[in-house]
Amino acid sequence: MKRPLRVYAILYLAFLYAPIALLPVFAFNDGTVIAFPLRGFTWGWFEQLTEIPALHAAVLNSLKIAVSTAILATCLGVLAARAATRFAFPGKKGVMGLIMLPLVLPEIIVAVSLLVVLLQLGLSLGAWTVILGHVLIATPFSIAILNSAFQGLDLSLEEAAVDLGETRLSSFRLVTLPLVMPGIISSLLIAFTISLDEFIIAFFLTGTEPTLPVYLWGQLRFPQRLPVIMALGTLLVLASVLLLAIAEYARRRGAARTGQKDAGGFL
Amino acid sequence: MSDRIRGPRIGRSEAAQGYLLVATPLAYALLLLAVPLGAIVLFSFWSQDYLTIDTTLTLKNYREALSDPLYRQLLLRSLMISAAVTAATVLTAFPIAYYVSFYVPPERKAMWIFLITIPFWTSYLIRVFLWKVILGYNGVFNTTLLGLGIIDEPLTFILYNANAVVITLAHAYAPFAILPIFVALEKIDRSLHEASRDLGEGYLSTFWRVTLPLAMPGVVAAVLIVFIPTIGDYVTPMLVGGPDGRMIANMIQTQFLRLNNAPMGAALAVLTMAMVSAVALVFVFLNRRFLRGRQ
Repeated sequence: MKRPLRVYAILYLAFLYAPIALLPVFAFNDGTVIAFPLRGFTWGWFEQLTEIPALHAAVLNSLKIAVSTAILATCLGVLAARAATRFAFPGKKGVMGLIMLPLVLPEIIVAVSLLVVLLQLGLSLGAWTVILGHVLIATPFSIAILNSAFQGLDLSLEEAAVDLGETRLSSFRLVTLPLVMPGIISSLLIAFTISLDEFIIAFFLTGTEPTLPVYLWGQLRFPQRLPVIMALGTLLVLASVLLLAIAEYARRRGAARTGQKDAGGFL
Repeated sequence: MSDRIRGPRIGRSEAAQGYLLVATPLAYALLLLAVPLGAIVLFSFWSQDYLTIDTTLTLKNYREALSDPLYRQLLLRSLMISAAVTAATVLTAFPIAYYVSFYVPPERKAMWIFLITIPFWTSYLIRVFLWKVILGYNGVFNTTLLGLGIIDEPLTFILYNANAVVITLAHAYAPFAILPIFVALEKIDRSLHEASRDLGEGYLSTFWRVTLPLAMPGVVAAVLIVFIPTIGDYVTPMLVGGPDGRMIANMIQTQFLRLNNAPMGAALAVLTMAMVSAVALVFVFLNRRFLRGRQ
């Protein structure tokens, strides 16, 4: 059974990577139509990227939102993961279920329900409303990552610190925090990536300042803009892969530090 | 999760400390998730009266949604497409999870899982758009097949219809299906297989009678985590679906942002959630014997 399964696995990986593999092919293709046959090599589309002010504004807006989301979601994630792994309290399952719910909720439901409330309250849409929505959907991912970081902790380390005269807070800061730091870094990066890539919630809640995906969505309608989008996509993929590689490295180091068996995976 | 909770009791009671910690994330989820979800249910019982919203409670939106063939067809189609995506994703994901769990050496498993998750983290919009490029009339798939002489004219049944939506979504949700199944397979005690083989079962019957039942909690989780979000997907039906591949999320968006009929959009959103929850509950109920005795 091993050989056919291996062939299948490799074909499946090819299927998973097919769209991404095409990105650079068209990003460097010297033709305006996104189709075969290819025309020749050019850097032109990348050069054009530097000349679009609307794109730069969207990138800045997205970065601002993604950084805020990463920090807020990770803070909420630390609190929830610490509570879930360290303490027993009545109704824990229900509480954690509610917090983790956005993981399975269709994003459009999250988007429209937030929109309805914000508009009813008469609040104006903008970057901050997108941040509110993104924190909601990124927190469950942060919790999932941080849960495994906190679970790997040996409780006796903290007890030892307390026995040696540290307060609960200082033992958390001096003992627990350094041990879960790789998990925190991993959570920051994942939340950042989720926010940077999220479209639907941003589409509904962004108001007049588009985020990068909302800007991209607008551009997909113009065929002559597509090669530039391919160039942009190539850069985005490179950035995501880099961030993920760092997140994965941090997660593994964290697993090693707390003496866990490395099971792999973010979810 | 719950077996290593007994820690030292310092100061406040354990429950109080737990609540204190979880209070902020809980308040956030209540204010920005529970309240808005409640609001959307309430909204669905109101009605749009030209520019103002009539706040008398009425079932008008639901009556319209369930009687108008356009809405009915969209709801039903979304359900069918979601089911097809789920079946395609979970069935193709299982062998991968099985391969990684049973045949990949332990030290390389993390790398495989990492490889599988990378595409998922790259821009969703761009990935979906590239499927349009792959499946199009002059697309990569057609030109390759033409070049190889396998077909004489480009295939047209793979873009701008439900098939394209299923392929694209199956691609987008692959890691969501692979990971839970992989985790379930990893938990299986390998000696059970040896026992089964020693007792005279063949390879296939061991799989059927030992591996699969033990992996079912992962399969159920995979089905739910693919089925529920896909029904609300907006981008894929919009980009590759064509008129026959539109789904309910496209209509919800139209009601909210184009037709300015938020109550109708809310009713459609509530109906979608109700439908999806009903199907999910029936599915879990049908598989209850596999889930018994576990968390």
